[in-house]
Amino acid sequence: MVERTPFLNFFTHVILFVGFVLCIAPFAVVAIAASHNLRDVNDVPMSLLPGSDFWLNIKTAWTTADLGPKLLNSFIMAAGVAAGKVIISALTAFSIVYFRYPGRTFIFWLIFVTLMLPLEVRIVPTYAVVANVLSPYQAILDVTGLSWLIEKVSGVQVSLSLGLLNSYSGLILPLIATATGTFLYRQFFLTVPDELTEAARMDGAGALRFFIDILLPLSRNNMAALGTIMFLWAWNQYLWPLLITTDQSHATAVTELKQLIPNVGGIPEWNIAMAGTLIVMLPPLIVVVLMQRWFVRGLIATEK
Amino acid sequence: MASITIRDVKKSYAKMQVVHGVDLDIASGEFVVILGPSGCGKSTLLRMIAGLEDISGGEIAIDGTVVNKLEPRERGCAMVFQNYALYPHMSVAQNIGYSLKVAGVPAAERQLRIQAVARTLELEHLLDRKPMALSGGQRQRVAMGRAMIREPKVFLFDEPLSNLDAKLRVQMRSEIRKLHRRLNATSVFVTHDQVEAMTLADRLVVMNGGRVEQVGTPAQIYSRPASRFVATFVGAPAMNILEGTVELDGVSLLGGSRRLAMARAGLPVGTKVAMGIRPEAVRLVAPGTAGALDATVDLVEELGAGRVIYVDLDGAPFSVMTSEAVHPEPGSAVGLRFSPDDLHFFSSDTGTRLEVFKASVPEPVF
Repeated sequence: MVERTPFLNFFTHVILFVGFVLCIAPFAVVAIAASHNLRDVNDVPMSLLPGSDFWLNIKTAWTTADLGPKLLNSFIMAAGVAAGKVIISALTAFSIVYFRYPGRTFIFWLIFVTLMLPLEVRIVPTYAVVANVLSPYQAILDVTGLSWLIEKVSGVQVSLSLGLLNSYSGLILPLIATATGTFLYRQFFLTVPDELTEAARMDGAGALRFFIDILLPLSRNNMAALGTIMFLWAWNQYLWPLLITTDQSHATAVTELKQLIPNVGGIPEWNIAMAGTLIVMLPPLIVVVLMQRWFVRGLIATEK
Repeated sequence: MASITIRDVKKSYAKMQVVHGVDLDIASGEFVVILGPSGCGKSTLLRMIAGLEDISGGEIAIDGTVVNKLEPRERGCAMVFQNYALYPHMSVAQNIGYSLKVAGVPAAERQLRIQAVARTLELEHLLDRKPMALSGGQRQRVAMGRAMIREPKVFLFDEPLSNLDAKLRVQMRSEIRKLHRRLNATSVFVTHDQVEAMTLADRLVVMNGGRVEQVGTPAQIYSRPASRFVATFVGAPAMNILEGTVELDGVSLLGGSRRLAMARAGLPVGTKVAMGIRPEAVRLVAPGTAGALDATVDLVEELGAGRVIYVDLDGAPFSVMTSEAVHPEPGSAVGLRFSPDDLHFFSSDTGTRLEVFKASVPEPVF
């Protein structure tokens, strides 16, 4: 319904503008702070007119926190999580929606439950598993007495070990194992008409063929939306990378920002910290700008 | 080309049985239409032939090979769906050629065959379009093309015309008929539209409640319906049915208010019967004419070429179809006359057709 309501239009635009200012103001302050020199940034109140040291601060932040390799790490992690998530969610949703097998509902609920157990809740056990991926199997062997048996019989002491600390897989894999994407796909797959599935069967396409030729192209938008969300989410991860990257070589940009934050009693170089923040904020911003069109289409479910 | 043999085929979902032992033989090259109201199991039967539904009991054989356990692609059937089920992200050419691509036919040969099919269906100028940019009739033709390109042994149609508007439906109907004459492939067509069924079918299968009521040519189904259901389902307006009881020298109708004088014609006295007469077999005569039924006009429906006159026969509704230029006023009295040859008798209990010796029925006297 299209109505001509000039006053209401004006009013809603005012609200929209206020919201926009509320959202953008902190970023503006960050950008302005990043352009001041050490003295100006510590003025109270800080001047809201941009200073002239912007590029210098950016450069200092870049070298101090060694952001080049850290951004690369962040990018690998975020892209890995996004890609892994898109693939694994599509596959699990495909299995849940299109196949009837015993235990299907149980598996569905298992996946569902992970929604209530985000990484932060199970961070200790997850850390233990990543420190030694095989530890659950070791535990099973120990509890059932199998390792005792093996040791008695063969004289070999069973000690399984495969650590993923300080590795990209360690960074990426635990972040992939959540249910959000599965549900997005599930909802989409449920809207795909059954007749399409049947037409593909009549055309001789097997399950995998149907998945690749029909379902995946149809869910392009969903993939883009999920990929974008997951990229941002993974990029902004702090706790997990902090925990498992004890070695600088795998640290991510977000955790390294801490290097730039002035210590108590140190030089209050907030201008450098803000410049670093700007740099770290940029890649997700670019991703959102590039993916925006697909992203919105993917979330407004049906395309007619 | 292939024959289809269906032997005692049953289908149940959980505890609900929807198809109760269907037997049917479809000859090679025949065009068979399965007609029935919604929920009668006709689509289920078609989908069992296609392999989209498991067969709960019985056997389906195509060309003598039992296909119960075969995947759809191994059965040599192609299907046209009600909603066309075109792949929305593929162009018309890709849609038509998809089955060949899956089968691993080389691209060059695929192109040739797509071109050939497109020519037959006059789709050549649309090959690069996406289904979204096509009209209903064009989509329908693409769906047909997708079925044709595989040169299947059997064509299956699942109410393919019901999403089209009336004019296009008539046009597509004759195109399907022409196509069948050209390809001469065995075809099974499911519909709930009796006009579609009558015009397309070599042989008609009328189903109701998961059972086959009658199999026959459209003419046979129309002129000698095997059951009360078939009689009232096929033909528009529906056949008039008057309940009655067989007496020594005739049939007492409408709870005894009218009597039809005739010999017993082999039916035991006291048999409850339903007497049927098609609206188009009734002639309008002046009220009070000897041997005619008197009735009151309720409503006249003008159809252009003719009119349907709904009358009240002692409280029972009755319709008459006439092409004569008569326009009786609602509320006026008319006489109804018909030939005994046009009467159908069905058992009131089972609904099955009762054969009476027509020769023994004189001109009816009421």
